[in-house]
Amino acid sequence: MTRLIDVENLTLRFSTDEGMITAVDNVSFSLEAGEVMGLVGESGSGKSVTAKSLMKLNASNASYSDETKITLHLDDGPVNVMDLKTSKDMKVVRGGAISMIFQEPMASFAPAITIGDQMVEQLQIHTDMNSKQAREVSIEMLDRVGISDAAQRFKQYAFELSGGMRQRAMIAMALSTKPKLLIADEPTTALDVTIQAQVIDLMKDLVKEFGMGIIFITHDLGVIAQTADKVAVMYLGRLVEQGAVRDVIRNPAHPYTRGLLAALPQLDDLEKPLVPIPGDIPSPLERPPGCVFNTRCEEKVGDICSAKVPDFTNVTENHRAACHIYTQGSDK
Amino acid sequence: MSDDVLISARDLSVHYPLAKGGLFGPKPVVKAVEGVNLDIAKGSFFGLVGESGSGKTTLGRACLKAAPITRGTVRYTDGDVDYSLTEIDNTQLKDYRTRSQLIFQDPYAALSPRMTVRDIIAEPLEVMGLTNGREETDERVREIAAKCRLNLEHLRRFPHAFSGGQRQRISIARALVSRPRFVVADESVAALDVSIQADVLNLLRDIQQEMGLTFLFISHDLSVVAHVCDHVAVMYLGRLVETAPTKDLFKAPRHPYTKALLSAIPSLDPDDPNKAQKLEGEIPSPTNPPPGCKFQTRCPFAVDKCRVDEPKLEHSSTDHVVACHRWQELME
Repeated sequence: MTRLIDVENLTLRFSTDEGMITAVDNVSFSLEAGEVMGLVGESGSGKSVTAKSLMKLNASNASYSDETKITLHLDDGPVNVMDLKTSKDMKVVRGGAISMIFQEPMASFAPAITIGDQMVEQLQIHTDMNSKQAREVSIEMLDRVGISDAAQRFKQYAFELSGGMRQRAMIAMALSTKPKLLIADEPTTALDVTIQAQVIDLMKDLVKEFGMGIIFITHDLGVIAQTADKVAVMYLGRLVEQGAVRDVIRNPAHPYTRGLLAALPQLDDLEKPLVPIPGDIPSPLERPPGCVFNTRCEEKVGDICSAKVPDFTNVTENHRAACHIYTQGSDK
Repeated sequence: MSDDVLISARDLSVHYPLAKGGLFGPKPVVKAVEGVNLDIAKGSFFGLVGESGSGKTTLGRACLKAAPITRGTVRYTDGDVDYSLTEIDNTQLKDYRTRSQLIFQDPYAALSPRMTVRDIIAEPLEVMGLTNGREETDERVREIAAKCRLNLEHLRRFPHAFSGGQRQRISIARALVSRPRFVVADESVAALDVSIQADVLNLLRDIQQEMGLTFLFISHDLSVVAHVCDHVAVMYLGRLVETAPTKDLFKAPRHPYTKALLSAIPSLDPDDPNKAQKLEGEIPSPTNPPPGCKFQTRCPFAVDKCRVDEPKLEHSSTDHVVACHRWQELME
């Protein structure tokens, strides 16, 4: 496997009228080509902001810390995303090496331009195809993602397609430039389960075929279990647990991950009581000191939880959690 | 659970005329709900599931006389009270409004930002004139707020100060303050994070048992329905296709659509890819439903008969009802 992207110490703050908000706090991960990483967390945990940082797509009031380092390993050598300043420089990354699909496909297409014109436009920006070639490639991609009568759909507008079709068209558009990395931000959340199953199958096939890396953002652990190779769990801007999907779902190491799993209604055990995580996710303006989860944690080991930020500890090989449960053990 | 029926729908149909139509000839209609027969037992937690566009919300609203009933009846029977919603007069309707309530999906849109929590919860009492003076109103508000686990000191705050889960508890308190007998909860946990969702589900379940309420719980999420409901009805394109006690339905689904829905839920076990049948295509438009069984266009088991005859609901056991020509064959 070849390394695709390294994210080191990503810290991102937004300056707002109410003060500085830390949206992402010291997040590090890496991804190989052909690997699918699930990024899980509740709303407000910083999943989308983290993913957008890889293309520096965040709003203009965002500032990255000096320690932040994002290295993209392309065929022509590594690119440090933080060094890219102008939007012309960013073209290599945005829509070039990295494509993104969003949650709401209706909002992602321009309503007054046909699907086809939008697909052709981006191909002409990122490749040296002429419009005829771009048209052929686009129709072929639409066909590839299971849109029947692709040549006809090519001429239609987003509102003429159903939700599932729109999301397929979005995927076709994102993949037509042959990106190295695809960021999928809640791509199935707005879809019905039967359509969600179709889209998940499609994405699995496409990873095999194109061999790209995918960062799959979702709050649905079931979707993660079915799609991802590895998982990173986020809470209030911090990664709390990372590991192979089987390890994390079968032996969750962080109390937050355990809480998420206990709160999830599962079909194979209808008698299982649903255990909510007590309290609410704190406002990012009032991030608790120490471990960010300490205000809701039921497995606190002592004062250290609200005093010191826990470091990542290896629970097993390739499975790490940031929790004082594990640092305490090694002190003794 | 008593066997008394609280809400009983017979041949219930809700059609909406489309504004746009031919200049001559009849206007096209959307058959949102068509020929539904449904009994909701007193004190039950009745689930209604289906994909978007299946008519769940319209059916729920018709039971509240909040959607125009085109054909058929809905009957509400509770002790001495017996209303037929199609023939109800204004005095009775006023009484029915105190007896039936609706909890909405989006806790951010459902609460007025300009009213304090106390005023929001008190409004139904004031509008319906259920109390004699402010003191009694305040007492009722505090009583229900405590039941919904709201902090009584927060009653003077405005909704913006609350998180999604707390807001949903405010919505629930508002719906229950008039001491209704029948509550329709329309996707009431869909907008919440998993960890909070579990808390609201547990609250609904507790309150339902404590106050002896009857719930119609509308959801697209089968695993949520499986956990809280005791009886489930599955809708497709305006028709009921299957109803059964929850355990029966999830253990032995009879209708191919129910089976497909269940198998489309992503499993939490990464090594358990859903091998069961996957549905192709999407739900047809309700303006132009297919002839015969409405599910035939996507059903892998459809035969000629299905394309001509619309199946009627028949009993597969005492409580288990299914509308499919081939359910018996398919069991083998």
